[in-house]
Amino acid sequence: MKSFAYERASDPKAAAAIASRAHARFIAGGTNLLDLMKIQVETPETLVDITRLPLKEIVEAGGGLKIGALVTNSDLAADERVRRDYEVLSRALLAGASGQLRNKATTGGNFLQRTRCNYFYETNARCNKREPGSGCDAMNGFNRILAILGTSDKCIASHPSDMAVAMRALDAEVETLKSDGSTRRLTLPELYRLPGDTPERDTNLEAGELITAVRLPKPLGGTQIYRKVRDRASYAFALVSVAAVIGVENGRMETVRLAFGGIGTMPWRDARVEEALTGEAPSAALFAKAADILLAEAKGHGENDFKIPLMRRVLPAVLREATGVSA
Amino acid sequence: MDDQTVFKMDEPVGETRLDTAAQGLIGKPLDRFEGPLKVSGRAPYAYENLAGDPNVAFGYLVLSGTGAGTIRSVDTSAAEKAPGVLAVIHDDNGPRASADPNDQRPAAIKGEVVHFGQPICVVVAETYEQARDAARLVKVDVETREGQYDLLANRDRAHKAQNGAMQAEVTKGDFDTAFANAEVTLDVTYTTPSQSHSAMEPHAATAKWDGDELTIFGCYQLVSTNVGQLAKTLGISKSKIRMLNPYIGGGFGGKLGIGPESVFAAIAARQLGRPVKIALTRQQVYQATSRRSDTIQRVRIGTTRDGRISALAHDTITSNSPGDEFFEPTGISTVFLYAGENRQITHKLAELNLLLSSSMRAPGEAVGMLALENAMDEMAEKLGLDPIEFRRRNEPEVDPQDGKPFSSRALVPCMEEGAKRFNWADRPKAPASRREGEWLIGMGMAAASRKNLLQQSSAAISLSSDGRCVVSTDMTDIGTGTYTILQQIAAEILGLPRENVIVKLGDSDLPQAPGSGGSWGANSAGSSVFVAAEGVVAKIAEKLGVKPGDVTMKDGTAIAHNKRTPLAEILKGETITVTGTFKPGRTFKDTHQASYGAHFCEVAVNAVTGETRVRRLLTVAAAGRILNEKTATSQCYGGQIFGIGSALTEELVVDTRTGLLVNHDLAEYHVPVNADVPQLEVVLLPERDPIASPLAGKGIGELAICGVGAAVTNAIYNACGVRVRDYPMTLDKILPGLPD
Repeated sequence: MKSFAYERASDPKAAAAIASRAHARFIAGGTNLLDLMKIQVETPETLVDITRLPLKEIVEAGGGLKIGALVTNSDLAADERVRRDYEVLSRALLAGASGQLRNKATTGGNFLQRTRCNYFYETNARCNKREPGSGCDAMNGFNRILAILGTSDKCIASHPSDMAVAMRALDAEVETLKSDGSTRRLTLPELYRLPGDTPERDTNLEAGELITAVRLPKPLGGTQIYRKVRDRASYAFALVSVAAVIGVENGRMETVRLAFGGIGTMPWRDARVEEALTGEAPSAALFAKAADILLAEAKGHGENDFKIPLMRRVLPAVLREATGVSA
Repeated sequence: MDDQTVFKMDEPVGETRLDTAAQGLIGKPLDRFEGPLKVSGRAPYAYENLAGDPNVAFGYLVLSGTGAGTIRSVDTSAAEKAPGVLAVIHDDNGPRASADPNDQRPAAIKGEVVHFGQPICVVVAETYEQARDAARLVKVDVETREGQYDLLANRDRAHKAQNGAMQAEVTKGDFDTAFANAEVTLDVTYTTPSQSHSAMEPHAATAKWDGDELTIFGCYQLVSTNVGQLAKTLGISKSKIRMLNPYIGGGFGGKLGIGPESVFAAIAARQLGRPVKIALTRQQVYQATSRRSDTIQRVRIGTTRDGRISALAHDTITSNSPGDEFFEPTGISTVFLYAGENRQITHKLAELNLLLSSSMRAPGEAVGMLALENAMDEMAEKLGLDPIEFRRRNEPEVDPQDGKPFSSRALVPCMEEGAKRFNWADRPKAPASRREGEWLIGMGMAAASRKNLLQQSSAAISLSSDGRCVVSTDMTDIGTGTYTILQQIAAEILGLPRENVIVKLGDSDLPQAPGSGGSWGANSAGSSVFVAAEGVVAKIAEKLGVKPGDVTMKDGTAIAHNKRTPLAEILKGETITVTGTFKPGRTFKDTHQASYGAHFCEVAVNAVTGETRVRRLLTVAAAGRILNEKTATSQCYGGQIFGIGSALTEELVVDTRTGLLVNHDLAEYHVPVNADVPQLEVVLLPERDPIASPLAGKGIGELAICGVGAAVTNAIYNACGVRVRDYPMTLDKILPGLPD
């Protein structure tokens, strides 16, 4: 590990100010950052410890919830309001990592975890995300867990978060504080970037910009499902996952929110899929069509080719479960 | 008084004090007595010795970032200037991986890179993090060459393996003719990937020199062998090395030979004149110690119409790094498990630029029986026979290879007991015929067998007048319960409460035992404790003026001719010390010895995703006398879990372009987690094998891993009709065969 300066911020503004220095990183749970620092994929010169900041509350706001960035994954999953009104989020959180990790990992940090691409973690391999311009060994290598949508010829790294997939389905927004003291709100498609030619940048956050909270809009009701398919029953990243919120009224799907993990370079959502389903009567043929729309542009890279037929089976299964319609 | 007593096992034993069990301790499910020390952090592991000693320096290995080539130069200048760095030591004599479990030194670097992740040099600094940081500044210039990283692509380059753990080729009769003439035949090929031991404790060593004498705190399974390996590597006499391995955080074969950590720690400590500690990171353990070889296994079975095997072949190709001759002996159990006049068991070795392949839990059977027991299932189906009935029809009377009698063999009773307990009769008769919602349900079984290995072993026992006793041997306990079973044996024979018996292990100054490996530890080291304890009883009998056989030892007293005499009265302040040595003898040569079992598994395969969940898993085992029901059962649980991993999740992935072992951490190398493991059931059938050892026991440590993965995959076939022959059975391989 490279030596680094350690500073403990007294309030969020101070934290953002310190972190705007070159090569600074916030540290909260540290469940991903510390691993990356040990292998020098991350080499911050300053760590800004934000764990004592007052960002640990979940409060009702704007008809929905405001979740402090430092609420742990365990606490968020267990929150009564989350379990009642945003079941898909609770389920997604509990499908991620392990009990020990969820006790340390925070809401803000979960959004910002880096990819689990094996080549990103192996400093002897080529990786455009870790070392821009070096190349991508994942492209024709062991890419079993990597993305089939949103990729570029520079990078096929998948985003590993389960929580963020549910957040995307729920239209969550992150609140941030910049180093100049201003604040802003970002939807997840505004927060995350596709790799394009700059895979080294996972997000649009500026230097020193601190996620302070997450806003959930008012509850959607409906049937909420998070289905995660993985290589072992726990403590494994998603091969594919689906976060679904489906409300059926008078035999038609009036509320349809679908987000996907494991397949995209960011937590994935496709408006065309939801449009195809919304207002329609559920049927097996329609579910298959939805999967076709989702996967129309999907591209396998060898070891992860199976994700396409897998998702083609999983999405309809989730829709069957949500609607009770199987024919 | 100090005495030596030697017992060579040339005849079966009669009734012993373990049978009469006056003290009532042997076999009991006693807790491991060192357990509380471990869970409360009071049992120091290798790296934790010399804690707080400011003189200790810390080493960090630099590993190769390429897979094959010649080292042109190692530029250490930048690293040497980094904060806290004391030295960068590039010693060509350093090992390129761990050592095999024999008396040879580990293969040296000698200017070459033979695999990706090979140790190159060590950086030593005042703190661990300084050393790790500076390690990235070392510039290793390698003239690379094209390496061979792919077993499948190199299968035709494989050569006949040198004889090792078994003969590389074992044949009988005329396989080809018999197979050609067989009424029903099966010819199938299975592949298994490289695997990693993944013990909890990463490899670590602390080295300290006093003049020309080295003390090494290590994590190794075979103390006396390991001392010899270290002596050869360092070019010093064995007598100058003291190795202390009292506590080991799991081994599974990955710590049978010394590793780069101890050699580099010793070299660095000698050069710096300071104690040096080296612990491998998890990633380094995966890349720089050893692995289980990947295998390609072709199994051919020819039978009569009614299912009698007439021809059996098991031909294997395994891999190892250049110059390393160990081969995964997949066919060990194929030699004796089933009848058949015409047999062919062969092993070839392909030289690949991959990490040393060496012993991992049940080397041979663990992956060999994935193939054999899967093939038996396929053949049973072809014959229209129940898999148990097919095996019963091929139960040999004697060792089918050389006609030796079995010392004991309870395969059929294990299968029958298991079938009854598991309700095997309820198994779905046709594949993919039972469904619960999204889940397809199936049941499978497989046989277990593990050849019994026994080694010479010594132990000393000192019994003092106050009824306390110390058992000493350089045997190791790798988390299996050795401390406790040796305590039980000594306490049983000497008639002492268990807490009166102190056991000292893992110290090269103590009498030599064969260490922990090959499931031989309990019976080899245990027999030497038996011999030593009987030697002590003989001394007591002598003092009482009676024959040893007339003495009953119980509760700190000796009872003879209806007279009970406390030990204090007999010893009168004296301490009796006896060193007992056990040697395998004629009974070992004249009979075929193995432990047996049967596995039964129920799985659910998700009809949408192909995910498999093991729902029930039962192992019935017969391994002679069980010394401690709890530790034996725990060993079986561990084997079952290993089997679930082999069947479903574990694969050390090779990037065949570069030789990089891609998934080199516990997040991506998937050992089963709790959620993958159902409530496990283990039944130990009562058995006594007076031919196998004075304890009448056989090895059990590795028995349960043998075959269990095949029970899982046979159940997958029964559940969904998909027979994948490429282990592990991840969902992507099952998916194409699932109903729409």
